[in-house]
Amino acid sequence: MKITLDIWRQKSPNDKGKFVRYELEGVSREMTFLEMLDYLNDKLIKEGKDPVAFDSDCREGICGTCGLFINGRPNGPVKGITTCQLNMSVFKDGDTITVEPFRAKAFPVIKDLIIDRSSFDQLIQSGGFISVNTGAAPEANSIPIKKEIAERAFDAGICIGCGSCVAACKNASAMLFVSAKISQLALLPQGQVEAKERVRTMVREMDRLGFGNCTNTGACEAECPKEISLWNIAKMNREYYKATLG
Amino acid sequence: MCFPAKIINFNHILMGKLFGSSLAQKLVMALAGFFLILFLLVHLSINLLLLGDNPETFNRAAAFMSGFWLVKIFEVVLIGGLLIHIIMGIILQIQNWIARPARYKKRYPSQTSFFSKYMIWTGGIVFIFLFIHFLNFWFVRLGLVEGDHHNFYGMAHELFRHLGYNIIYWISFLILGFHLHHAFQSAFQTFGLNNRKCTPVIKTIGIIYSILVPLGFALIPFVIYFFK
Repeated sequence: MKITLDIWRQKSPNDKGKFVRYELEGVSREMTFLEMLDYLNDKLIKEGKDPVAFDSDCREGICGTCGLFINGRPNGPVKGITTCQLNMSVFKDGDTITVEPFRAKAFPVIKDLIIDRSSFDQLIQSGGFISVNTGAAPEANSIPIKKEIAERAFDAGICIGCGSCVAACKNASAMLFVSAKISQLALLPQGQVEAKERVRTMVREMDRLGFGNCTNTGACEAECPKEISLWNIAKMNREYYKATLG
Repeated sequence: MCFPAKIINFNHILMGKLFGSSLAQKLVMALAGFFLILFLLVHLSINLLLLGDNPETFNRAAAFMSGFWLVKIFEVVLIGGLLIHIIMGIILQIQNWIARPARYKKRYPSQTSFFSKYMIWTGGIVFIFLFIHFLNFWFVRLGLVEGDHHNFYGMAHELFRHLGYNIIYWISFLILGFHLHHAFQSAFQTFGLNNRKCTPVIKTIGIIYSILVPLGFALIPFVIYFFK
């Protein structure tokens, strides 16, 4: 396959940056999207050019490092996958693919397609800890949890913190991410002790980091690789009202 | 340094969330908005009296709305709610623009709540209409603009004989419908009410409301212009 790539190139955080066009021949349908970028970089290095900087780690959809904005959407045209799970077979010979970094004030570009996502780490840190005793793993059946609740918590807990929600949101809001973390713990008995403090500090930190406000559009839910539900944002709202009003 | 380099940091003021946080701002926005949604029903039910042939019925209702003390308190709350909704909407929108300084080159239109993306613009158009509306009616009653505030029936009928005014009126209510289409269900999400049983019902009521209420308003000049 022959592919035309429009890739965002930016030398450093303060560089203005621009799109650079690459014509790439010999792309196989069996390649993943990241392998295609590796293939491009291989060529660039051989030509003595600066390779395109992009992040990746596990390449199996569980670490949340690789997110790219591909053809106008986080992680490309396939629903419910991370960028590393995107296969080149979804593209056709002769396609032009635009590749941009996730854009948000709280996700500044470091180089090319690599963004600084440490604002998410700060958010997680602001959430604090849960009060459980350390030592041997406790007996799993000693705290009974209703199946439906356990599933809800699990559905929120599978968030990998990739930032696709922020990237997709027209307001660069982190509310789907923060709400997933809040409701995951607020649903379970282990998370009750610090529940009120957690929601207050995490929301305060989210505002401080410069994320936007949710307008209930639902783009985050539509583009989330783990398909986290907007329900969590409503749950976070409830938790916040409980913590501040009640 | 004796003086801070920047005495007023506007960016800080705008990002510093009022009422404590983004979530509190959103709640205030939704509460004020929902209050306006409820008021629209009251307004529509009185407006429908314009279709009657007896000016007295409508004028008496209008006089009641401007004279009764309880309604007067309501009026202050209403204008307060409107101002809060507008000001909070603008502040939230500016915060949202600041949150994404660099735009994407290519953007795929997501298959999500379509009208939610244009709330600031549809809201702005509705506000311009409201200003014209205030010039025509509310300011007259307050004595800021000349007119016979004892005969709003006559004034309304007179206005609705101008096709130009009617076209502005119809477009405004079409845009209001777009605004309400997202607003209704969005308010409940912000209140924290989202579950498998209620949400589909709320969404359906929201769609019906956003069609029927603007249609009801738009119908009045239509009937007066073409059939009276």
